[in-house]
Amino acid sequence: MSPPVLDTSTANEPLTDVDRLVDRRIVLCYYGAALTYMVISMLGGLLMALQLVRWNELQGIELLSPGRWRMVHTNAIAYGFLANAFLGTLHWTIPRLTMRPVLSKAFSYLIFAAWQVVVLATAGGILLGHAQAVEWGETPVWIDPVAQLGLLLVAINFMTPIMAARGPMYVTLWYFMAAFVWTFLTYAMGNFVPQYVVCGTNAGAIAGLFIHDLVGLFVTPLGWGLMYYFVPILLKKPIWSHGLSLVGFWGLAFFYPLQGIHHFLYTPIPMFLQYGAVISTIAVEFVVATVIVNFFGTLKGSGREVVTNLPIRWFYTGMILYGITCFQCALQVTLTFQELIHFTDWVVGHAHLVMFGVFSQWLMGIMTYLIPRLVGKPWYSRKLCEWHYWLSVVGIVVMFLDLTMAGLFQGWSWSSMRIWDHSTQVSEPFWIVRIFAGLSMFGGILVFIYNIYKTLAGPVEVIAAKAQPAV
Amino acid sequence: MFESKAGVLFIGGVGFFVLAFVANAAVPMLMYRDIPELTAQQVVNSNLVYQFEDLNRRFPDSFKKHVGDLKGESWDAAKIREKCADLLKEGRDIYVAEGCWHCHSQFVRPVSNESLRYGPVAKSEEYQNELQRPVLFGTRRVGPDLSREGGRRSSDWHAAHFFDPPLLSPKSPMPRYPWFFEGEAGKPNRRGLAITLYVQWLGSWLESYPYYEDYAPVDILDPAPKAP
Repeated sequence: MSPPVLDTSTANEPLTDVDRLVDRRIVLCYYGAALTYMVISMLGGLLMALQLVRWNELQGIELLSPGRWRMVHTNAIAYGFLANAFLGTLHWTIPRLTMRPVLSKAFSYLIFAAWQVVVLATAGGILLGHAQAVEWGETPVWIDPVAQLGLLLVAINFMTPIMAARGPMYVTLWYFMAAFVWTFLTYAMGNFVPQYVVCGTNAGAIAGLFIHDLVGLFVTPLGWGLMYYFVPILLKKPIWSHGLSLVGFWGLAFFYPLQGIHHFLYTPIPMFLQYGAVISTIAVEFVVATVIVNFFGTLKGSGREVVTNLPIRWFYTGMILYGITCFQCALQVTLTFQELIHFTDWVVGHAHLVMFGVFSQWLMGIMTYLIPRLVGKPWYSRKLCEWHYWLSVVGIVVMFLDLTMAGLFQGWSWSSMRIWDHSTQVSEPFWIVRIFAGLSMFGGILVFIYNIYKTLAGPVEVIAAKAQPAV
Repeated sequence: MFESKAGVLFIGGVGFFVLAFVANAAVPMLMYRDIPELTAQQVVNSNLVYQFEDLNRRFPDSFKKHVGDLKGESWDAAKIREKCADLLKEGRDIYVAEGCWHCHSQFVRPVSNESLRYGPVAKSEEYQNELQRPVLFGTRRVGPDLSREGGRRSSDWHAAHFFDPPLLSPKSPMPRYPWFFEGEAGKPNRRGLAITLYVQWLGSWLESYPYYEDYAPVDILDPAPKAP
């Protein structure tokens, strides 16, 4: 059995023309920002987790209020980690796919700076008590227009090379182009319509659509677009079926935005709309199945890579967890399941599985692949890369199973009309396990950051050791 | 078409998004267009005014300092309505700012015995007002639903509970909110008065106000339910 190899063989090669199109420094800047917000987000999650089991010794301090940090936790993941990591990776991917640079280097740095202002102002605004009552969009109302403008600039910067490229477009670019349109529209809809146009039940329908589209039309298309790019490159072969790629993209584009109301089943939103959302949700899971089949078809014959090639392992782990998330979703979206599990930790487990288990882990895999290429040095420690992987995966799987079970017990406790305290007491063992699962994920990130730090600080001459087995 | 830039941008990007917006958002907007949206002053009802005056009785010093001299200035009904609406809106802002809505929902579902525990099932017109913009349905219940919470407990109870939840509910995971007070539970500041009034408002528009749970208490140590 050959030792696992993290392929960095191209890390030291002289720059080719396509490399010159990529501004490596800005990719690293985005990754630095992304990991910083990941740490902030996890600290917020930890605070809330400790509060639930009454181990929070920092209670009573206004700026450390768990309720406010809970909102920082989700916003730092969505706009701090995911958005930054995606933007960085797009700066690598789009010039390589279009053979053209982005609109302007200066413009890119302006966007980078502006986006960090948006995220910091969001975190600061929430901590100072300016949250907006839109879940996943608690960005204070005075930041919304700035963020909206930022999204427009991002689209212009990246759409310029895409529109200039000639010839057939690769699958990845379908997802990216749609994502630029959808993210802009979704953000505008969710942050402005329920605030300034409608109230009440209608605002609820839109809030549901926003929660859903933020995952489905911003994170999902960028994530899958990147998988369509990185998986064939790493496996050195084309995607298994172009036809299935088409089914996957158009199925997602059609069914995903129709499901928003499934976040508010059994509310006063008209019942026929709730049924429609449930049916489109079940429909999209079939589409997801085609995408997953396509990627496992691509893997066929290269299964060994999952063991030896760490980025590929991250990607396929994420895909398996995506399959589980979506299968779970087809069940939990039914009114039968909703009776029991709505409002419980089951949903929290589902959210963590998709946001961390799938998309964050894909981005971790991409970073594991790109960072040696961005800095021109091999990883300081392959072993630490493995620790990062295992701590993250074990953490998220334990957290998912734990919260899913907690949700069932909470649902049973409520519907059996026990006094309220019964539901929190029955949750306590699960909440304690969740703290340790979260600490495992947190440990993974800290190991990763340490490994990056040592890689950056490492001696330059290591680069020359190309002939040696790559770390 | 399916692989062209125009197809992806205009059919997938804009077209399907707009279709979904029409189906999921414009339809309920059209259905409910005839239910008027009430302002904060319009939702002030006699139950709420009672709670407003009750805050003055229970916390006279705090009320005088942070809201005004209800008796001394001999406010008329319009003035009370205005002051009450202002405090109510502030309470709503605090409910949002502190993330209360991430651990407490505001709708009662027609399933899982919820109408026994909380009260009447939620109806659309209840949410057609300024204080539900954006709506505070919520998606998680670490604590119970609050949409029928008003009137169940006294404002003293709420003040003590905000100050230090375990005082009244020993194993509650709810955090303390000492910044609603001037050092002690008996001295709420304007934020404390506002959030208490907001909680007392929830459900005050219903005939069932205040709603008390309709079930036999179950002893955790003795799980056999007693006859009601």
